[in-house]
Amino acid sequence: MNRTTLDLWVGFFVAIGIGALLFLALKVSSFPGIQMEKAYRLEARFDNIGGLKAQSPVRSAGVLVGRVTDIHFDPATYEAVVEMRIDSRYAFPADTFASIYTAGLLGDQYIGLEPGGDERNLADGARIMKTQSAVVLEKLVSQFLFNKAAEGQSTQP
Amino acid sequence: MIRLLQGCANFLRFLGSETVNRVWRLGYASRFFLAVLLRSGAAFFRFRLVMREIWFSGVLSLIIIMISGLFVGLVLGLQGYEILQRYGSSQALGTMVALSLLRELGPVVAALLFASRAGSAITAEIGLMKTTEQLTAMDMMAVDPVARVVAPRFWGGVISMPFLAALFSSMGIFGGWLIGVVFIGVDDGAFWSSMQASVDFRHDVWNGVCKSLVFGVAVSLIAVFEGFDSEPTAEGVSRAITRTVVTSALAILALDFVLTSFMFRGMS
Repeated sequence: MNRTTLDLWVGFFVAIGIGALLFLALKVSSFPGIQMEKAYRLEARFDNIGGLKAQSPVRSAGVLVGRVTDIHFDPATYEAVVEMRIDSRYAFPADTFASIYTAGLLGDQYIGLEPGGDERNLADGARIMKTQSAVVLEKLVSQFLFNKAAEGQSTQP
Repeated sequence: MIRLLQGCANFLRFLGSETVNRVWRLGYASRFFLAVLLRSGAAFFRFRLVMREIWFSGVLSLIIIMISGLFVGLVLGLQGYEILQRYGSSQALGTMVALSLLRELGPVVAALLFASRAGSAITAEIGLMKTTEQLTAMDMMAVDPVARVVAPRFWGGVISMPFLAALFSSMGIFGGWLIGVVFIGVDDGAFWSSMQASVDFRHDVWNGVCKSLVFGVAVSLIAVFEGFDSEPTAEGVSRAITRTVVTSALAILALDFVLTSFMFRGMS
């Protein structure tokens, strides 16, 4: 095999190999290094986080604005402390409301931010005071059954 | 009674010698691995030798890797669509195809193909060199055969493997897209966006690359070792080639289990 032909083939091989890796990084996965270069941290406390995980999305008006970075349990208040990173392009008022929603009926859980009307914005490391816990499906079902049973008893003479 | 005892002793002797032989061979293989690593400086110094081996085991495996990847992707697309549409979630086809290729099928099947396409060829080449006493001749001329013959082949395989696995996965995803979007008519945007939402670069793509690198080291090492250790006869070389393919396949599958249990444990 000729030297230059060999070089050409190896170069071609490495080039399409790197091309395939780039395709996998950029088109197939959403490469984390590109988005969220600048971000600030927020903290929120919930009574119950349901199935929320680290890396779960944080959305406002349905748009992805950040991600959950860490979840831990506070033994003093018995609450879950959720830390998230929010893209620094988006600022939220100090009285923003954070709730845990489920995407679809059985989908993943995410944090939804609903901005309030305060003039001051949340700073880096601030805590979101108003939160609403995840809806636990079992609780809802048992409550419904309990109410139904109570109804049945009250209508009886 | 005495015959029974003799039979037992014979069996124990057989077991003992087998065990000692296996352990001895394993030790020999690890010392060989160290020797290859220690003498690969020359291979990188004369990088043209490695280039030739990348051409030999990488470029020549391109066709089989790409076509197999395409067909695996096509089958995944068909089967995945058939199952997912029962649950009314055919948009998740992209996710399914991409995750199964990136995490498991891409590295594993590419490594299996690589072992049978390039690994066997490397073993045959080195084994034949040994049979025709070329390795001994090199030694006589003060050319170290490990540095001149073995190390470039080893590094050529190690360098080629991640590229081949990435190409396999890419072709597979393209095949899944071809079946899902072009032929069946899953929505193009939903296919890619659901894939991007669930495929994580660090966890899925990068772990796949690491896996293929480990497989590359394992397959290349087995191939060069079996070639170097082969009995210098026609039959010995053919047995060494068989051992390369069988041992590589077992090593790939076992390593895959170990790597998967470390990489993807505790992830949802």
